[in-house]
Amino acid sequence: MKRLPFVVAALGVWGCSPQSSQKQTGDTSKTTPATASGDVGSSVALTGAGATFPAPLYSKWFNEYAAKTGVKINYQSVGSGAGIQQISEQTVDFGASDAPMTDAEMAKAKGGPIMHIPTVVGLVVIAYNLPSVTQPIKLSGSLIADIFLGKITKWNDPRLATLNPGVKLPATDILVVHRSDGSGTTYIFSDYLSAVSPAWKAGPGKGKDLQWPVGMGGKGNEGVAGQIKQTPNAIGYTELAYAQQNKLSTAAVQNSAGQFVTPSARAATAAADDAAAKLPANTDYRVSIVNGGGAATYPITSFTWLLVYKHQPDATKAKKLADAVRWALTDGEKDAEALAYAPLPASLVTKLMPRIDSLTMAGSR
Amino acid sequence: MTDASIVPITPAVTNTPTGVRIEGSSTGDRIYRWVTTAFALVVPILLLLIAWAVFVAGWPALHKFGLSFLTSSDWDAVNGRFGAAPAIFGTLASSLIALIIATPLAIGVAVFLSEFAPAWIRQPIAFLVDLLAAIPSVVYGLWGVFFLVPFLTSTIVPFIKDTLHLGDFPLFSGPAYGYSMLAAGLILAIMVLPYISAVTREVLLAVPRSQREAALALGATRWEMIWDAVLPYARSGIIGGIILGLGRALGETMAVTMVIGNRHEISASLFAPGYTMASMIANEFSEATNDLHVSALMAVGAVLFVVTIIVNIIARWLVWRVGKNQV
Repeated sequence: MKRLPFVVAALGVWGCSPQSSQKQTGDTSKTTPATASGDVGSSVALTGAGATFPAPLYSKWFNEYAAKTGVKINYQSVGSGAGIQQISEQTVDFGASDAPMTDAEMAKAKGGPIMHIPTVVGLVVIAYNLPSVTQPIKLSGSLIADIFLGKITKWNDPRLATLNPGVKLPATDILVVHRSDGSGTTYIFSDYLSAVSPAWKAGPGKGKDLQWPVGMGGKGNEGVAGQIKQTPNAIGYTELAYAQQNKLSTAAVQNSAGQFVTPSARAATAAADDAAAKLPANTDYRVSIVNGGGAATYPITSFTWLLVYKHQPDATKAKKLADAVRWALTDGEKDAEALAYAPLPASLVTKLMPRIDSLTMAGSR
Repeated sequence: MTDASIVPITPAVTNTPTGVRIEGSSTGDRIYRWVTTAFALVVPILLLLIAWAVFVAGWPALHKFGLSFLTSSDWDAVNGRFGAAPAIFGTLASSLIALIIATPLAIGVAVFLSEFAPAWIRQPIAFLVDLLAAIPSVVYGLWGVFFLVPFLTSTIVPFIKDTLHLGDFPLFSGPAYGYSMLAAGLILAIMVLPYISAVTREVLLAVPRSQREAALALGATRWEMIWDAVLPYARSGIIGGIILGLGRALGETMAVTMVIGNRHEISASLFAPGYTMASMIANEFSEATNDLHVSALMAVGAVLFVVTIIVNIIARWLVWRVGKNQV
């Protein structure tokens, strides 16, 4: 069993072979002034690996950043699990994950304490396919849980009808679609359901890969979105971007203030803003922000994190990494909304800056 | 699909001289012999190494759950309980559906091509059937998602449930997810068809002309000639072709994952989603973070390995038995 992480790490290395060629040609970053440490112009590129959900945004960020500063950052979207695995094995300079690392995972990291830095807010939408229904439907948390628990099986169930007066719901079976592969999206969704439904918490629980009481599985966000689109009477959950691309109808979800909120980047940022205000000063940001307070917040939201070692082994890389993250959280956030991500609220970015500074200091000690 | 792979399991068409080894005396011959021996050894050693690695990685899960790993339907990564019965069932069921559909079709195609088809049509059709084997499985999967599954939900399922009123029959019960065991079986049938058909065609072409002429001379019709004289002669080769198709069906991952619905449950209904061992590994491995989950997936790999070996042993035995009865 001990061998397995090596296998995974080896796969990761093999999967990123373009990186080596970029390392050889990546001398452009010599033009940026090197720091005081003697490590001038050696391996200049930074490598990262992890979550697939923020990958489109990260690759846009790192492209822009390379064009601006000449610092090349290679990001492999291999999945949150593999990202945690690789940062723990120190085969990459930073990891990325949609679910915070557990204490057990943190303890296994070879390079000491790992810092979680939120980058953007992701939101999970409830998408459905009801050809005969034109107005958006409304759902409450307990109703969503009962649908995914298989307790509500027909679209014209009285509880659904009560929430949606005036909507002509068909008398057909509800066909539930969920993720078949382990995923951060599932983690966020089940985190939310566990928060709003005791039955869900006691049953399937919270995780990247669940034992689903009903439904069928699709591989990846694109798989779930495709299955919903192809299957009349289906309901499922995906990231916002995939629902938009596939032009799926999405439900307005009732938040803890009792309001029905349609999913949008703004409503997700509001949730993060509300959560950030309540965080204690010494937080490590491994926090769940589902089902937060505030009238305008969309309840099924979560941070996605960069994972970096607090004590960086290489001062040059540490500085480059810190600079890149600072840029991403300020200028980079402006790209978020165009790609269907919710940017971090300004209040949170301000709070995160000293955290990134602490990383640099540790690196140049 | 090369003819070379057919030869070892079809005694009917083997024409290798046996028992003769020409001993070379020159150094070149000796080097040549050692090099080829080394090549020949690499493959079985590789196989053993892969098997060993898979079993070692899967051992913690196999050890922890014992026999219940094979019989339990519980697959709960959150609470660390793993049982692979639905996936084992799904792998066998989807392959069986595929063979039931593909075998008669493939033999029909092969009989037509070898016995009836005029020369000008034989080559193009044979080429097109063989081409089915060259289509990447993800393309089959896409076709399944965009054509087969909607076709099942919009046409086939309503026909069986509403027109034939078979909705209460266990095989067709439950809500009609288009993504289902049936969809997986149909996709697999199309994928294995070229294998079975190509092997069968070659075997039929290898049946001696005298066999056919003798049957015709005895007053057999063309149908009787094929059914009583040609097909029995080629039987062991045809079984070999079916087994080759089965091997393909057992291991197919991508296309099946895209249409089977990926659900950990054994259901009698063809319209219910299911799971196969290969698609489960492909789905869950990338995000499996805890050791037991990874080990359970490796154990599924080990089970798939064993199932494949058992199927191959049965195949060898069938070919051997059929071959023996023939003489």
